[in-house]
Amino acid sequence: MKRLKRITFAPLFFQGMIETDILIIGAGPCGLFTVFEAGLLKLHCHLIDALPQAGGQLTEIYPKKPIYDIPGFPEVLAGDLIDHLMKQAAPFKPGFTLGERAEAFEQTEDGKFIVTTSRGTKHKAPVVAIAGGLGSFEPRKPPIEGIHAFEDKGIEYIVRDPNFYKGKKVVISGGGDSALDWSIFLANGVASEVTLIHRSKSFRAHPDSVQKVIDMSSSGKIQLLTDAEVVGVGGNGVLKELTVQTTPEEQKQLETDHWLPLFGLSPKLGPLSEWGLNIDKNSIEVNTFDYSTNVPGIYAIGDINTYPGKLKLILCGFHEATLMVQSAFKRIHPNKNVVLKYTTVNGVQGF
Amino acid sequence: MEGIVHITVVDREGAEHHLEAPTDMNMNMMELCKSYELPVEGTCGGMALCASCHLYILSDHALGEKKEGEEAMLDEAFHVKPNSRLGCQIPITEDLEGLRVQLAPEM
Repeated sequence: MKRLKRITFAPLFFQGMIETDILIIGAGPCGLFTVFEAGLLKLHCHLIDALPQAGGQLTEIYPKKPIYDIPGFPEVLAGDLIDHLMKQAAPFKPGFTLGERAEAFEQTEDGKFIVTTSRGTKHKAPVVAIAGGLGSFEPRKPPIEGIHAFEDKGIEYIVRDPNFYKGKKVVISGGGDSALDWSIFLANGVASEVTLIHRSKSFRAHPDSVQKVIDMSSSGKIQLLTDAEVVGVGGNGVLKELTVQTTPEEQKQLETDHWLPLFGLSPKLGPLSEWGLNIDKNSIEVNTFDYSTNVPGIYAIGDINTYPGKLKLILCGFHEATLMVQSAFKRIHPNKNVVLKYTTVNGVQGF
Repeated sequence: MEGIVHITVVDREGAEHHLEAPTDMNMNMMELCKSYELPVEGTCGGMALCASCHLYILSDHALGEKKEGEEAMLDEAFHVKPNSRLGCQIPITEDLEGLRVQLAPEM
């Protein structure tokens, strides 16, 4: 299984096992609201997310976009909604494993689950709630024949350690902020040569960065190829050269040690598709009684699940999370009865 | 018929689908394709953020100018041609009568 590597945190050297009541995969709105509802039932939660920050797609792709269909909020910015949800969850002290993707799960003899992330962090819980939204965000890979053979052998989709490129010839593709920022950074005394290839003439990055790239291109520090696109990769075990389409009729070969295609991130269901859950069109099938999957103890809520009449709305995810924790409670405490308590009557007693 | 335009969508296998599209439902091309169960994911829900509704305009209809968000997404998408558009950014209007589009390859 291909593991996603990210630049986020220094590696965690935590060797133990994180234990909790409900292990939530995905720290988007639905996962965060689960913390609150679980907290009301005195259940602890821990969240895993492949992104380096909480909020899922709301903070990753549209933090400044307004949402109009959250009950009670005529208009709220996606980023602000996440801030509110974090505040609402705070009394229940959720744990976070961020920048790591949930990869594999196993069941213990006592009926618990152990979920291991891409960095090897282990989590143990009697209940797993998958609130993974669209899936985990992974780099967009150009559809070039043979590209997979050179992944991590000269082709990297994410810059993990800039010093890795010290004295090397580097080609970067893309026209957004990350492509431009890394071109500027690596061309300032790190790489021996930096070529930036972009398929149009205009860049969609911060104007300062665009100006800097243009200046560095005139002074020869960055080789800039616009209206061009990498269409082929070649080498012998490791990447040696790229084929670049420079005009509709012309191609040229470019020798390089590394190629960084930086085309942004797109969501993929990823390893969850191999967990033995019933899947229909990239979504996990659930029973609408309690949003349980076909694996007892594993639930799926929010955009990642499907059932007859499913609507991918945040407000529906909140409802699903609320019903799900009732079922989770009964699984964790089979001999206790859960009584619905109103926050207006009882307030919120944190941990 | 009033309030209906006729649109042809060529799928990735080359098969033609002749669709009747309502102009009064505030729909766009991505949603139209989904409502006919054509293989268009529309992952991001229509925010020009995923390019799963990327299509090529085959007829010479004058569509509205691309907005910043669509331009930006097409910049990062693959298999982009001069006639590339995102279906989610094309509202269904009377002007689309006879439109012919082709679905771009999946990413």
